[in-house]
Amino acid sequence: MLSLLFKLFYTFLKIGLFTFGGGYAMIPLITEEVFNNSWVASTDILIDFIAIAESTPGPFAVNIATFIGYEQAGIIGAVAATLGVMVPSFVIILLIAKAFSKFSTNIYVRGFLNGVRPVVPGIILSVGIMFVLKYVFNIENFHFRDFNIEIGSLVIFVVIFALSRFWKKAHPVYLVAIAGILGILFFGVM
Amino acid sequence: MLKIFFTFFKIGLFTFGGGYAMIPLIHFYVVDKYKWLGEKEFVDIIAIAESTPGPIAINSATYIGYKKYGVKGSISATIGVVLPSLIIIILISAFLMQFKENQWVEYAFLGIRIGVSVLILNAGIRIYKKTDKNILSYVLMLFGLTMVMFDLISIVFVILIGGVVGIVFSLIMKNKEVHKDA
Repeated sequence: MLSLLFKLFYTFLKIGLFTFGGGYAMIPLITEEVFNNSWVASTDILIDFIAIAESTPGPFAVNIATFIGYEQAGIIGAVAATLGVMVPSFVIILLIAKAFSKFSTNIYVRGFLNGVRPVVPGIILSVGIMFVLKYVFNIENFHFRDFNIEIGSLVIFVVIFALSRFWKKAHPVYLVAIAGILGILFFGVM
Repeated sequence: MLKIFFTFFKIGLFTFGGGYAMIPLIHFYVVDKYKWLGEKEFVDIIAIAESTPGPIAINSATYIGYKKYGVKGSISATIGVVLPSLIIIILISAFLMQFKENQWVEYAFLGIRIGVSVLILNAGIRIYKKTDKNILSYVLMLFGLTMVMFDLISIVFVILIGGVVGIVFSLIMKNKEVHKDA
């Protein structure tokens, strides 16, 4: 139990330390770590967590850390994972506030951030593309043999993608809700 | 102290969708209502919260709490912003298993998974639009994309390599400038 709690703390500490640019940037790292530790049985459960974390109040990162921590080790697990994701922020910000006020003009810091910044969208896009391939086209790990498309999935994808492009101010919660209703319609009713 | 805790508790409770959605609410309480910070100070803090690792919500809570009441302030602001999530998610997790047995909920999630895939794709596009458009950027982006998509090296390494390339590049640029001046 103690080693699991430590593992949760340490894993989310790593996730907090290497996330640049907020919640969504965290998804690829979480996906990788959660699978390395086999904390979820499939991407299905992970993506359900992401949907719920996105539709509940509070910082996305904290929601997802709490979720996985709770699933693994109950309330103490939730606290351990959440503390883990908080600690790097806390320490780094305090250091900057106390001692390193010239942080943002330092050439090494600026260079590092300039290099990290373009890598982040690449990483997020690759996870987005992999999820779309899996949930819309049933292609997993690029095994195109299993290619199998359901009209319902394709329609939901097109509708949600178009909505998100034209209704720019739509809150993610609405898109999640609409996707859920379409899911019931296409897979349950029809 | 209690006030800063409850303020960030409210901010955590009433924002959906993570850090960026939180910034207007933080601005309302911290700048407009309680006048803990001036406009310029607020902008500087958000800029640092965005460029340091970790969730933006926690970064800005820590910083604002520190500015106002030192380390104790940063602890109370950070716990305040995290506590609503912790409580709500634990409650949801405890009930989720019962919901998931329901056939209709399962159908809804078949749709929701596609919706979330679109949200992630869009987040990638949104961040891509904000990055500089130059050859180094494109190369690094393509590097991130292929490394992760084909699972070649771990994401931590992808980020570190990006950072090192960035440092080397800016040192070279600086060198060039120095030579030009001389």
